[in-house]
Amino acid sequence: MKILVTVKRVTDYERKVKITPDGSAIITEGMNFVPNPFDEIAVEEALRLQKAHGGEVVVVSIGAKDATTQIRQALAMGADRGILVLSDELDSDAVARVLVKLVAEEKPDLVIMGKQATDDDANQAGQLLAGYLGWPQATFASKTEGLESEAEKAQKPGVVIENGEALVLREVDGGLETIAVTLPAVVTTDLRLNHPRFASLPGIMKAKKKEVKEVPIASLGIDVTPKVKNVKFAEPPTRKAGVKVADVAELVAKLKNEAKVL
Amino acid sequence: MSEPFHGTDLLDVDRLLAEDERLVRDSVARWVDERWMPIVKDHFRNGTFPLELATELGAMGLLGTTLVGYGCPGLSSVAYGLAMEELERGDSGLRSFASVQGSLAMYPIHAYADEALKNRYLPKMAKGELVGCFGLTEPDHGSDPGALSTRAVRDGREYVISGEKLWITNGSCADLAIVWAKVDGQGADDIRGFVVEKGTPGFSAYDVDGKLSLRASVTSGLVFDEVRVPEENMFKGVRGLRGPLSCLNQARYGIAWGAVGSAIAVYRAAVDYAKARPQFGRPIAGFQLVQAKLADMINEIVKGQLLVLQLGRLKDAGVSNPVQVSLAKRNNVKMALDCARSSRSILGANGISDEYPVFRHMVNLESVFTYEGTHDIHTLILGRAVTGISAFE
Ligand SMILES: Cc1cc2nc3c(=O)[nH]c(=O)nc-3n(C[C@H](O)[C@H](O)[C@H](O)COP(=O)(O)OP(=O)(O)OC[C@H]3O[C@@H](n4cnc5c(N)ncnc54)[C@H](O)[C@@H]3O)c2cc1C
Repeated sequence: MKILVTVKRVTDYERKVKITPDGSAIITEGMNFVPNPFDEIAVEEALRLQKAHGGEVVVVSIGAKDATTQIRQALAMGADRGILVLSDELDSDAVARVLVKLVAEEKPDLVIMGKQATDDDANQAGQLLAGYLGWPQATFASKTEGLESEAEKAQKPGVVIENGEALVLREVDGGLETIAVTLPAVVTTDLRLNHPRFASLPGIMKAKKKEVKEVPIASLGIDVTPKVKNVKFAEPPTRKAGVKVADVAELVAKLKNEAKVL
Repeated sequence: MSEPFHGTDLLDVDRLLAEDERLVRDSVARWVDERWMPIVKDHFRNGTFPLELATELGAMGLLGTTLVGYGCPGLSSVAYGLAMEELERGDSGLRSFASVQGSLAMYPIHAYADEALKNRYLPKMAKGELVGCFGLTEPDHGSDPGALSTRAVRDGREYVISGEKLWITNGSCADLAIVWAKVDGQGADDIRGFVVEKGTPGFSAYDVDGKLSLRASVTSGLVFDEVRVPEENMFKGVRGLRGPLSCLNQARYGIAWGAVGSAIAVYRAAVDYAKARPQFGRPIAGFQLVQAKLADMINEIVKGQLLVLQLGRLKDAGVSNPVQVSLAKRNNVKMALDCARSSRSILGANGISDEYPVFRHMVNLESVFTYEGTHDIHTLILGRAVTGISAFE
């Protein structure tokens, strides 16, 4: 089974994001970059499926040359090779159409993507890709057994592949549902699908020798003019200082009369 | 108020690292944060080491990291150093476990044992399935190991070992001990190394009681009462003090990096605390005396980072020497200890509580200051190097 996994280079969610004074852009200088956490879950799932069913795991990133580091991180976890599409920042629609080209070239049985990237939280690249390809999609993939289970400790995949179908447990509003999609398909990962492995030191060394093919976006012959434009960035309002209450009675009174939540 | 500087890499030392070196550091950092930080407080309180993590450390490539072949990871000295820095940011006990296993137990087997012993022990030790310890220090001989009194007497095709070792990290939990004993005569040249397996008749271990430092680490005494080991278990490849000292040279290198990790941990705790703690109507970080302490800490951390990085580059180029290792161990451990004491003072009463990592690091560093050659012994090594006159032998 061949699996294509996407990995986006995003700003570290643990660091405070700074914005230019005119609100037109995010200041990337001095920023720390990490693989999109949902994509790390996607890589982990692909590696587990590969262990169970054999085949190849190919990692794709779209972005500047620096994104090679995030591909290497996935290769250090165990993925086989990488493709970096060299481009400026794209909107989700352009990302999906770039991936359509790569899917045509690589012919994977499964594309696994993070449900969203933690920088723009768009949550649509996977859905758009499935739409363009005419493939079924299983979004927000999760795991029945949970992250503390024995199955997770044994690194069992959450996605079950059987008779040319993928059984996927989805986190939906108000509960969980299991769907079966025929392959090839697009799966997007939610937070509780798995706990991504640590890249081992020998794994990091092996990754240095793995192939990362660079593809200039111009060579793909698609129009990537943005359909979505970032108009303005603003920092979240700073939190106001809280108040101290003397006792539970005062707290309840405040919740009732001032906050009006009781 | 200007935007504060985050992290500890004020001089952008990161730029001197290759991509894979940064990935090594970041991956070990994540492992420490997720697997070690949640449990360290309890282990320190209880005086225990989580031995079940040994195989995880092995899978990460943190045991015998720089050794090549026999299932060992085979990484560079700089990558290894960065890993030790992250482990010791977690706790000196965690770094000690990796140091003892890799530099003090696996290294001499790799360097001096015959093929059969290497194949028997190294692959399992690299995986963390077998744990080793290193017995050099004795109740009566610490800084002067050349005077050690453990004996190994030849009897046919066996050696009979008698004596006692003390302050041995991993001693009671180890599957095998590297033991340094004298054969034939009484001189330092008579020192030879032996592998003694747990369970060999006459060999026993007990734990040192009442430790106030390095509590998340096992420290033991080893007793050898006419312990018979086959002659193959003696290292043929080395004799005299050069054997144990070559191991210590490897371990001290890792300690010099590790100390930076401890310093980073206590510095971060101090900055966070000082900014969050108001007194006299403003955060204590706004007072000049507190700022002076923080400035001194970051100043010394940056220097310490550059020191070990240059040492690592020399080591990877095969041109480092033991005096440079003494310099780095001496400087960085003292630096980290000073940072820890300073940080502890900034935390006030909270500085003595185990809710914060500072006191733990501070008392740990007292051990690190003493083991692997005390601070003063390294001073004398530097003194001898620059004057040509030995003040201690
Ligand atoms: C937690 C812990 C773990 C350890 N783990 C191990 C281990 O795994 N294996 C192992 O073999 N050992 C281990 N050690 C032992 C350690 O290496 C020794 O404690 C160290 O070598 C110092 O020896 P000592 O304690 O006997 O002190 P001493 O040698 O008695 O020194 C006491 C003081 O005298 C000073 N001094 C000694 N000689 C001179 C001199 N010539 N000139 C000036 N000053 C001098 C020293 O600097 C020191 O300040 C460990 C120690 C600790 C605390």
